[in-house]
Amino acid sequence: MSTEPPGRAGLRQGSGRWGDRIFEFLAVAAGATIIGAIALMGLFLLIRAMPSLQANKANFFLTDEFNTTDANNLRFGISELFQVTVLSSIFALVIAVPIAIGIAAFLTNYAPRRFAKPFAMLVDLLAAVPSIVFGLWGIFVLAPRLDPVARFLNDNLGWFFLFADGNVSLAGGGTIFTAGIVLAVMILPIITSVTREVFTLTPKGHVEAAQALGATKWEVIRMTVFPYGRSGMIAGSMLGLGRALGETVAVLIILRAAAQAGHWSLFDGGYTFASKIASAAAEFSAPLPTGAYIAAGFVLFALTFVVNALARLAAGGRVSGG
Amino acid sequence: MKLNGFGKAFGATVSAAAIVAVSATGCGSDKNAPQANQAGSSNVTCAGKKALKASGSTAQKNAMTRFVTAYQSACPGFTVNYTSSGSGAGVSEFTGGVTDFGGSDSPLSAEKGEYDKAKQRCGGNDAWNLPTVFGPIAVTYNLPGVDGLALDGPTLAKIFNGTIKNWNAPEIAALNQGKDIPDQQINVIFRSDESGTTDNFQKYLDAASQGAWGKGAGKSFSGGVGEGAQGNEGTSAAIKNTPGSITYNEWSYAKNQGLSMAQIITSAGPDPVPLTVENAKKSIDAVKVKGQGNDLVLDTTSFYLPSEAGTYPIILATYQIVCSKYPDADVAPALKAFLTVALGQGQQGLEDNGYIPVPDRFKEQLTNAVNAIS
Repeated sequence: MSTEPPGRAGLRQGSGRWGDRIFEFLAVAAGATIIGAIALMGLFLLIRAMPSLQANKANFFLTDEFNTTDANNLRFGISELFQVTVLSSIFALVIAVPIAIGIAAFLTNYAPRRFAKPFAMLVDLLAAVPSIVFGLWGIFVLAPRLDPVARFLNDNLGWFFLFADGNVSLAGGGTIFTAGIVLAVMILPIITSVTREVFTLTPKGHVEAAQALGATKWEVIRMTVFPYGRSGMIAGSMLGLGRALGETVAVLIILRAAAQAGHWSLFDGGYTFASKIASAAAEFSAPLPTGAYIAAGFVLFALTFVVNALARLAAGGRVSGG
Repeated sequence: MKLNGFGKAFGATVSAAAIVAVSATGCGSDKNAPQANQAGSSNVTCAGKKALKASGSTAQKNAMTRFVTAYQSACPGFTVNYTSSGSGAGVSEFTGGVTDFGGSDSPLSAEKGEYDKAKQRCGGNDAWNLPTVFGPIAVTYNLPGVDGLALDGPTLAKIFNGTIKNWNAPEIAALNQGKDIPDQQINVIFRSDESGTTDNFQKYLDAASQGAWGKGAGKSFSGGVGEGAQGNEGTSAAIKNTPGSITYNEWSYAKNQGLSMAQIITSAGPDPVPLTVENAKKSIDAVKVKGQGNDLVLDTTSFYLPSEAGTYPIILATYQIVCSKYPDADVAPALKAFLTVALGQGQQGLEDNGYIPVPDRFKEQLTNAVNAIS
């Protein structure tokens, strides 16, 4: 036969270009939407926050007051919110990441295939529990049981700032300690599932090469799975951290407000950015006090952004699966 | 304002649901729903606007639900749609002409120009504040084995501003002779959200403490000690699981959770006064009105510093803010009918919701004001 008929090839090329263009357009539009949405969100927050920031009579970054009852005398700052948010999220991360990596390693390398799937589903199911349930469980069920642990840490390690006397009672249990543990449970499924996905992608060749060198199972995991999955672990942790930073209802229910400022103790109470906004959401009627909360929201927005950027740097620009 | 804590987030939904439930009325959930032909309901003239619109304080939400049920069975086809959106919204929506009357736990303020705005809304006629719903505030505590703890204004103030830190302090012991009060740290719990309950309680401390309080009033707790919990649900739950703690609650929450309530020693006498319907009614009957004519603005210090023995001093009053004369002639007859029913059949079973039924002497004053609306 001779060469392919030109018409047919042209047709295929033509339709190919068509589909290509549509798809390119859709992809660009999707990409632009998310960038546009984030930019607009940031802009909106900033515009709404500006008048209140200008009317603020206290130092926005250094004061731990948050008094917006009198619109003519706004005094608010994010020092306490920042402290509680960062402390609870990092504490949650410190607990959740090792456990999540352990679960992921177990599911991909140790668990019999039959159990791996249902077990993974079980972990994912945790993500489907509404956060208000986590909150109520945390304060009513978990907190009383954590009381002896908290007391032990406070009595024996009280000299260390994390376990020093906090500004709310241990007996009540509404501390960052309780909230952090609940947050850890809440972010576990996200970190686990991202990490697990990356672990399963470890090239067979790497694993077999390690085994050929006589590595034990643990050495195989340490030498091939972990280095390969490093960026995935970081990405998963960052998603988890993002959720912990922004978690609202559970934290709102658990944490007791404190009358005095905290000092970076896990036994402090207080508000995170998100729970502070939620606690006052029902009273948003006047623009200036509302703007104060929006300003806090903007800081949370920026904080999440910075944390993610840092994580990407730490991952060496090779986030997920790379 | 917000007595209802995080429940308020879905307050709108809930009250909408309540109104729907209530429209299906007569039977069902409310076993105390009064009958139209009951004694005392004699002269209700149902007329005017079929559905009145109102909004405001969450403190009187449950009372309103009862009033509306009673109104609907007394006047079939008539109703009131009450949205519990907070006192601030209640006043601004009323002065803005969005609603027919407003609910608020503080009366219109002349300083903020609310009287003038309300006058404008009423077509040049005065607006009146009618206190129709009274809810006492209980001082609740968790001290196993100690019943009927007696406290007075100055001691309460010192506890809530951190001057007294331990339950076995001499001030408390002096008021509770013969009771075995443990050597335990006092754990103050306050409302972390802005609330009229906090405002009233702090006003009480300010008025009754002979200067020991010194922290002023306001919707946010300013005592500077202790830990906050969200809403009445939050504080009552916190009391339950924190030994050594003390807080202030709406009465209904204290009752439902079975919390120990302190007896209050008032300025009127040495005997501690427990929170009962009788004692609260007495103090409502004895309250002084500082408003002019039918504008029944209460002098709340007469609650806090009673001159009659056996009156419970910490009471929160919620006002209905109405026009003395409505520009829209349709509103007044319906509102009069509604308020008449509210003061009549609507009072039955109110104490189940933690409110105090309006006592007879004060009811007369209120009825006169209601009848004067046109």
